[in-house]
Amino acid sequence: MNSVHLQLENVRKEFSRRIIFDKINFELTNGNSIAITGINGSGKSTLVKIIAGILSPTRGIVTLTVNGKEMKLEQYHNYIGFVAPYIQMYDEFSAYENLKFFARIRGMHFDTGYADQLLDRIVLYSRRNDAVRTYSSGMKQRLKYAFALLHKPEILIFDEPRANLDRHGIATVYSIMEENKPESVIILATNDEEDLSHVETIINLDELKEQQKSEKQMRSSARSKQPSTEVAK
Amino acid sequence: MLYIQQTAAVFIKDFKSELRTRYAINALVMFVITTLSIILFSIGGERVSPDVLAGMLWVVIFFSAMSGLSRSFVSEEERGTTMTLQLLAQPAIIYFGKLVFNLVLIFSINTLVVTLYLLLIPLFTVQTTSIFLLTLFLGSFGLACASTIIAAIIAKANSKGTLYPVLSFPILLPLLMTVMNATKLSLDGAPLSEAAGEFRVLVSYSVVLIAVSWVLFDYVWKD
Repeated sequence: MNSVHLQLENVRKEFSRRIIFDKINFELTNGNSIAITGINGSGKSTLVKIIAGILSPTRGIVTLTVNGKEMKLEQYHNYIGFVAPYIQMYDEFSAYENLKFFARIRGMHFDTGYADQLLDRIVLYSRRNDAVRTYSSGMKQRLKYAFALLHKPEILIFDEPRANLDRHGIATVYSIMEENKPESVIILATNDEEDLSHVETIINLDELKEQQKSEKQMRSSARSKQPSTEVAK
Repeated sequence: MLYIQQTAAVFIKDFKSELRTRYAINALVMFVITTLSIILFSIGGERVSPDVLAGMLWVVIFFSAMSGLSRSFVSEEERGTTMTLQLLAQPAIIYFGKLVFNLVLIFSINTLVVTLYLLLIPLFTVQTTSIFLLTLFLGSFGLACASTIIAAIIAKANSKGTLYPVLSFPILLPLLMTVMNATKLSLDGAPLSEAAGEFRVLVSYSVVLIAVSWVLFDYVWKD
């Protein structure tokens, strides 16, 4: 597995001048796991999309270094496996066909043995040739894990990892996380307590905002208490 | 070589998807049949000049392209698969894959349009076949190049349906004027050399559009 280093420096995102988050700083390497939490609308999904290179930050830099070489933004997808409720598979194709197309579009050789192994693991092997449109929402969510793991990425980003999954599905997701934890970077966007127990670091976007707000207030009150030079004279 | 394989994979995915969903092809075929029927009814027994017939042919081609070529990007946006594609490959690969798909679609539909046009409108008689075929080829190519990048731009808009032909018209105007001139030359029986100027314009138009689209697509595709 490649050695990866992901760094976020002063990342800020605004939508129509509304600041979603600001000054997000952290760095992750192989073996690190992090969860991004916060109330609805705090920007969890936005932040993971920025990390994946799907969205660009308003300010700040995201740097991905692989084996000491800095990657261009258009190369990020090669190292990232992304699962989210808003990622969709092609309904008209079967699970098997979806994975085949994904491998080919990535420019990879489609390893049928590995695809079978993945489909078996997410309990979709027996339905692999059925059109995705016939799947339940939980089955579609499980297929997204096969999509994310197919290219054996170094960074796994799971936004709402438990969405639509039954108990068995959730256990599979946790086993995937635990298995990849020693060598991969794991990033979760979640508020679920059980999810949080599987990561080593938690970033709460609301707390971060509050902290930044109080620091700003402290700085401004310190400035107002300080007598101006003109008055002193 | 890998880029070509990836581009081909995007095309094959779109092609198979189209065969199963008939997302664009049904709309295109219905549009062609309807417009040709209206033209036939409106012409009736009148003797229409070759200029008008050449113009009408490209009106049918333009509007059928407008009704079908945007689907390549709009369908991804509507189904929510845009982000999936963004996570799979570089923007340029997606762009060229979609361009190839639109080229195949426009060439197929134009073959149908021209065949029906030649069969149903006896006054439309091509004198110089080489000019006509080259015009059709280069015109369709340019139309697909312009339509693909415009489709990518409008896919994220709310009023896609109306925005597409409105935005396309000024961009396609130089192409439409040139192909109508060249088609007229083919109906008048002009020698191939007489249409060289038109062909140069058509080739340049496509080259410029592909180059601009390649540069701009990254910005259109993300955010």
